[in-house]
Amino acid sequence: MATKIDTCGLSCPQPVLMFMNEVKKDADGEFDVLVDTDASKENVTRAARNHGFKVEPVDEGNDVVRLEIRRN
Amino acid sequence: MKFRFNFFATPGGVIIVGLLFGALAVWLQHSGNPGNMGICVVCFNRDIAGAIGLQNAPIVQYLRPEIMGMVLGAFMAALIFGEYKPRGGSAPFTRFVLGFIASVGALVFLGCPWRTILRLAGGDAHALFGLAGLIVGVGVGVIFFRNGFSLGRSQHLNRFSGLLMPALMLGLVCLYLIDPPIPGQPKNGVLFYSLKGPGSMHAPFILSLAAGLIVGFFAQRSRFCTMGALRDVMLFRQFHLAMGFAAMFVAALVLNIFFGSFHWGFENQPVAQPNDLWNFLGMVTCGLAFALAGGCPGRQLFLSGEGDNDAAVFIMGLIVGAAMCHNFGLASSTAGIGIHGALATIAGFVVCLFIGFFNCKRA
Repeated sequence: MATKIDTCGLSCPQPVLMFMNEVKKDADGEFDVLVDTDASKENVTRAARNHGFKVEPVDEGNDVVRLEIRRN
Repeated sequence: MKFRFNFFATPGGVIIVGLLFGALAVWLQHSGNPGNMGICVVCFNRDIAGAIGLQNAPIVQYLRPEIMGMVLGAFMAALIFGEYKPRGGSAPFTRFVLGFIASVGALVFLGCPWRTILRLAGGDAHALFGLAGLIVGVGVGVIFFRNGFSLGRSQHLNRFSGLLMPALMLGLVCLYLIDPPIPGQPKNGVLFYSLKGPGSMHAPFILSLAAGLIVGFFAQRSRFCTMGALRDVMLFRQFHLAMGFAAMFVAALVLNIFFGSFHWGFENQPVAQPNDLWNFLGMVTCGLAFALAGGCPGRQLFLSGEGDNDAAVFIMGLIVGAAMCHNFGLASSTAGIGIHGALATIAGFVVCLFIGFFNCKRA
């Protein structure tokens, strides 16, 4: 069961910070991060890839994207 | 949200954008802008405040087209790439106050983070103290973020709300064209124009506007942020934005050396004040305000172009703050800091600490 992190409406650096805080709790976990701006999508994706995760974006509609973040 | 590759969000992209901005800044300086002030978001908003009569300092009044261009360029990029998203409602008045305080700190030092690196690239050694202050101020902000600082979530707004800031900037461009500067005249129609001092030094209108549009467009694509550059290194060991920041410095430095406009030292630096304790402390206050607001003044302009009303409110705070800096004797001059500059810097820092503390979830 992936940990869900809702960052919609939050400005940087909070989306990345929320994701990183969850990674600290469970380094091998699975995370679904909801983002609603392209900047947040890019920032969280970059942070996840730098920490050895693969990222799959899924369109949730209404300008929201779910980033499925899993270990490589 | 569309899934398209954004080259400017890659390391190569942000470096190219930084190099472009550094080059544009030096180009503007050689085209008439004040020394080491190719682009200074706070100084330029202060000049705009003077142009529309919010402050009456006769040497800093000019409707800087770079600012209008930066918002409109970001607006165009956001429209073209489907990133125009009107939003707002995340602690707007707090953001106004942060904008106000950021102006105070920046005008004690005499420069925003953009000008800090441009001053350094021009050889102004006082800027070392400003940069150190900026790093410390952003560092204090990082401590708050590590303790759960947040100004809360923004809400989606209707499509009209996001148009207001770009429309305001377009209106200012029109105002300039209706009431352009007349040589030797301190006022034309409703606009004030400096006849001497930094406000009288400017690149041709069309060049400034074009440079602003280019900066706004590419900054929107790359998410370029001078405060975020420092914050992300301290908070995440993430060097993405820092590469853009460094590239801007390198481009400006190389071009200044090439064109003979690099003069290292503490003496005879353009639009600089000599008290380095307050250069440092001014930028501590300024850096903390930008960190808590989530972006440098440039980034706030670009976000406002994307439809972010909270960023627009921050910019309004910045303009009002800049005006009050001159009305209340807070701004520095080349002779030194203003009579109330020290008190305002400390007061602004304390207010930022309160804002930080009371918006931490774990407080």
